[in-house]
Amino acid sequence: MIRVKKEICTGCEVCISSCPYSAIEMVEGKAFITEICNLCRACLSSCPEGAIIETEESPEFRVQSSELSQYRGVWVFAEQRRGKLQDISLELLGEGRRLADTLSTELSAVIIGSNIKKEAETLIDYGADKVFVADDPSLSDFHDDSYGHILSELIEKEKPEILLSGATSIGRSFIPKVAARLKTGLTADCTGLDFDGRILHQIRPAFGGNIMAVVICPNRRPQMATVRPKVFKKPVPEKSRKGKIIKVLVPDNIPLRTKTLEFVKDLTSTVNISEADVIIAGGRGLGEARNFRLLEELAEVFGGAIGASRAAVDAGWISYPHQIGQTGRTVSPKLYIACGISGAVQHLVGMQSSDIIVAINKDPDAPIFKVATYGIVGDIFEILPLLIKKIKEVRG
Amino acid sequence: MNIIVCIKQVPDTSEVKINPETNTLIREGMPSIINPFDMHAIEEGIRIKEKVGGKVTALSMGPPQAMEALREAFSMGVDEVFLISDRAFAGSDTLATSYTLSKAIEKLGGYDIILCGKQAIDGDTAQVGPELAEHLGIPFVTSVKKIDEIKEGYLRVHRMMEDGYDVIETRPPVLLTVVKEINEPRPPSLKRKMQAKNLQIPVWKKEDLNIDEERIGLKGSPTQVLRIFPPATKGERKILQGNLEEQVDRLVKELKGLGIV
Repeated sequence: MIRVKKEICTGCEVCISSCPYSAIEMVEGKAFITEICNLCRACLSSCPEGAIIETEESPEFRVQSSELSQYRGVWVFAEQRRGKLQDISLELLGEGRRLADTLSTELSAVIIGSNIKKEAETLIDYGADKVFVADDPSLSDFHDDSYGHILSELIEKEKPEILLSGATSIGRSFIPKVAARLKTGLTADCTGLDFDGRILHQIRPAFGGNIMAVVICPNRRPQMATVRPKVFKKPVPEKSRKGKIIKVLVPDNIPLRTKTLEFVKDLTSTVNISEADVIIAGGRGLGEARNFRLLEELAEVFGGAIGASRAAVDAGWISYPHQIGQTGRTVSPKLYIACGISGAVQHLVGMQSSDIIVAINKDPDAPIFKVATYGIVGDIFEILPLLIKKIKEVRG
Repeated sequence: MNIIVCIKQVPDTSEVKINPETNTLIREGMPSIINPFDMHAIEEGIRIKEKVGGKVTALSMGPPQAMEALREAFSMGVDEVFLISDRAFAGSDTLATSYTLSKAIEKLGGYDIILCGKQAIDGDTAQVGPELAEHLGIPFVTSVKKIDEIKEGYLRVHRMMEDGYDVIETRPPVLLTVVKEINEPRPPSLKRKMQAKNLQIPVWKKEDLNIDEERIGLKGSPTQVLRIFPPATKGERKILQGNLEEQVDRLVKELKGLGIV
């Protein structure tokens, strides 16, 4: 929280113009931070007296416990696409198991699709005590209407206290619909989860990862969060695990107001940057479109994906789905190699949470070096072929 | 077609500098802009109007200075703008925001398409669009990268997915959230810019909307920020020494040591 120390504030009003949200007002001659405050911290450095401070105190909240105690159990929405379980679902089962054990409750998974019996069983191997399966030919394509309807009804009936989903295209589309329908809170893009009693602490980056925020949903259930891929480790499956498969009755009258005609796959095989362990990204320094081939060669060595800065996308060298940063995608792979990317803030916010960042750039003052674990100043066209060769050598 | 575009004013981070000591953004004196994704929503609204006729209305919820964002939208070619602004809305999370917006849109009435940016760059939640559609009881398509066909009572759009795109048919009324690939926003026209200066922007307060007071502002927001803290600092940064070949050698060794190569 941001607070004003009244005894220090001189009422000079300098902070008022520093606030991009107009969240500071003068009350009885002293600055007062109103509830519009977005925790951006712009005002902190504006105060000549240092009267504006950041505190870690918690706001008060009351838990209306009688109603909430009916809600028990941790749920994971298990996403499958065209019959393939997505890694994020398995990662969430690992974390969900930990949460459920901490709360001494059950872990359930919900899977929606067509012909997914085998996938449902796999979810038990990965830690689910119960799997709710909505298996119907009408569910072969993802629709916000059908997925939203089925998940909302199930939640209303079974009353789980926590629901986790991947922060994927599908999760970020229909999970907000479910939250709005159930009139409960939803925290997007979490990178960590914890507890205080049975209150889920949902940790997410704010302001492009420059600040971490702990978000809670104290008075409504379920507590809902989407979680970024790759945040949690996939658990080791145990074939011997036992669990219960529960068939969900799929009504045949869910009105579908959208219809999927077809799915068109991106022809570049290296496009799924949100789930890649290794991303090789190129920027303006590449100079022209065909130089992305060099990056692809390196990506192949790692089995990685190709990313790009906005400059490279805007120049038309590579398509938008590859763009990383504020108006593109946010990624956090194990290894991120930035080639010829200067590192504008808008790019950094999309990749700075990567485990290891390697920056290769001609300009020693490029901001990308500030977030890089390893930096090499030099010509990418000299360095990349060398790097590819050396890695191949090391691997034999 | 009647098109409503929802826009948000956000701090402009394009000229942001990072404080090297604290590694935080220096946001002082930062101007406000229309959320970049919303610029594409405005542009798409105007394009639909140019193609099939109709009216584009822009709506923003925020403090009084969000009028500037609405003036800019007007300068680009939006026909009518409204501001939803009341202290009672302060502290709204996505559920309360989308509920409030839905009440303003119900008041406007008679819409065919609602356009929103995929997400705002200051919150990054991407929740207000789908939640708004749910409150209004209309369908939605998120991350739209192309409107392939649009005519009376019919829309075909491309929805961006991780590894390609879905071709989706739907019909108005519908809400679409758009990504930047959909278009290139036009610059404001000089003439409209002049008109925008003197534009009287209607401001709707809580009394103007048929609203349940329990569902707005802090009271109507199920989520709250408990606390904030600086992100964990990364491991040490290693500067590689030597000539290029030695540096690359060193890098490969380090990556090997970390089990990545």
